[in-house]
Amino acid sequence: MAPVTRWFGKYALWIYSTIAFVFLLIPIAYTIAFSFNDSRRSNIAWRGFTLDNWLGICDAQGVCEAFGNSIVVGLSATVLATVLGTMIAIALVRFRFPFRNATSLLLFLPMATPEVVLGAGLAAEFLTAGVQKGALTVILAHTMFCISFVVVTVRARVASLDPALEEAGRDLYASPSQVFVRVTLPLLMPGIIAAALLSFALSFDDFIITNFNSGAYVTFPKFVYTAAARGIPAEANVIASAVFFIAIIFVVVSQLSAAARRKRLALQG
Amino acid sequence: MAFGAFGSTATSAVPVEPAVRRRSPVALFLLLPGILYLALFFLAPLFSLILTSLQQPSLTGDIGAYETAFRWENYTTVITQYGEHIVRSFSYAAIATIAALLFSYPLAYFIGVKLRPFPLMQALALTLVIAPFFISFLLRTLAWKQILSDDGFFVTSLKAVSLMAPDAHITGEPIAVIFGLTYNFIPFMTLPIYTSLEKLDLRYVEAGNDLYASPARTFFAITLPLSAPGVISGMLLTFIPAAGDYVNASRDFLGSTETPMIGNVIEANFLVLQNYPAAAALSIVLMATILVLVAIYVKRSGTEELI
Repeated sequence: MAPVTRWFGKYALWIYSTIAFVFLLIPIAYTIAFSFNDSRRSNIAWRGFTLDNWLGICDAQGVCEAFGNSIVVGLSATVLATVLGTMIAIALVRFRFPFRNATSLLLFLPMATPEVVLGAGLAAEFLTAGVQKGALTVILAHTMFCISFVVVTVRARVASLDPALEEAGRDLYASPSQVFVRVTLPLLMPGIIAAALLSFALSFDDFIITNFNSGAYVTFPKFVYTAAARGIPAEANVIASAVFFIAIIFVVVSQLSAAARRKRLALQG
Repeated sequence: MAFGAFGSTATSAVPVEPAVRRRSPVALFLLLPGILYLALFFLAPLFSLILTSLQQPSLTGDIGAYETAFRWENYTTVITQYGEHIVRSFSYAAIATIAALLFSYPLAYFIGVKLRPFPLMQALALTLVIAPFFISFLLRTLAWKQILSDDGFFVTSLKAVSLMAPDAHITGEPIAVIFGLTYNFIPFMTLPIYTSLEKLDLRYVEAGNDLYASPARTFFAITLPLSAPGVISGMLLTFIPAAGDYVNASRDFLGSTETPMIGNVIEANFLVLQNYPAAAALSIVLMATILVLVAIYVKRSGTEELI
């Protein structure tokens, strides 16, 4: 083999992956860059750098309201789905009960159903029942599709929980509720937090199901979709970029602290 | 494990002695609220879709007014009227799934195997893969629309070097929609494959090499089969949402009047034309087709447990 081909064979995967990462980041970089565009009417062509969009996030009509609505929906759906999903996850791992397979199937199906079907189905149900679409229907819809993801995430944590720790609690005469609150729940917390974050992210970025069930209620993705026909205000890019930075900082900090913890444990062990 | 492989990325399961599953009324208390919720907001809606799909226009003739009936013709009507859209949706989704698999496998291999000695870089690489999740799906798709637009840098350069005909476009063409679907679902493909490859025992690969298997043979006989669970869940997680997506194919995003998928038709019929029975019938057709395809696929690939 010629030295060049050998060199390429050794580093091909590194080169490919670098290009792949750049490719994945292109539209993100574009969206962030255009949050600094001096866009005036349409944020399509680059017209020069400005901080105005960042300093006056709420200047564009409806952006901040839509963002606020998304936060409200995201938090409500996250709390509901996390509580319901965690309860199911514990039951699935810890208890024997009839219709176990049917329950698993019921939890799997929402993840295997295209969003457009979930959205249209709920909308048909609300229509038949005469329920007015609005914030409530959006929260109900988001909670529904988040539950399964919470179950999958928390279940893994429950399964890896050492039952000896709970036994120790019982041996020390703790009541079942004390064991749950003092031992089980704290040990499950990392899984529950991960599930809650996943739910919030899914809810915050959901468009398809929301579009079918929101009526006149506007969430952030719905705002973007409606605005796409006439041009997105740069303030929408600002909000999306800000959310992106917060999420990335959060992930990096949690990964670094996890790495530090692993290192500490490794040193002790 | 098809979807489990995706969900369990966050927590690493330490093998412990599992607790003995017991019968207790507590189970009912834990299960009931969530199960009732799903019955009310997942099963009941599917049932309402079926009922709606069989309705007939109300005798009053008002737009959007329907009454209960058993009009099975609704199904034959939508299938003949929108057959083209149905075929288009599944072909776009299939091509996007294959494209995402070809893109993601080497990347997942790189993160899961090559970066194994460098945990911090591995974590950073995973963050880069999920980074698109943190910025609005719609804004990312619009960004591609602008990057690939006729007066964008990419198209003008291709035309300058005559790689593209002067009057050709990218946005609005099927290729743009498939591209958008591929891009948007890459993380769903990469993460489960990564999860499988991360656990790959490299001694098997070494054994292959020691037995004089070519790198290609080692890959197809050892690495690929061992990462099959990840590949299967990745393909499902890409194909299902891609088949039902209507953002990429929408006229305001990467599509045009030439590219509507089944999702666009359902949206238009439900939210604009108020033709609820047609929208419902199409939703049932979409759901049924996907369930049949998934069942065949899962059966053939021998995945036992789904969740």
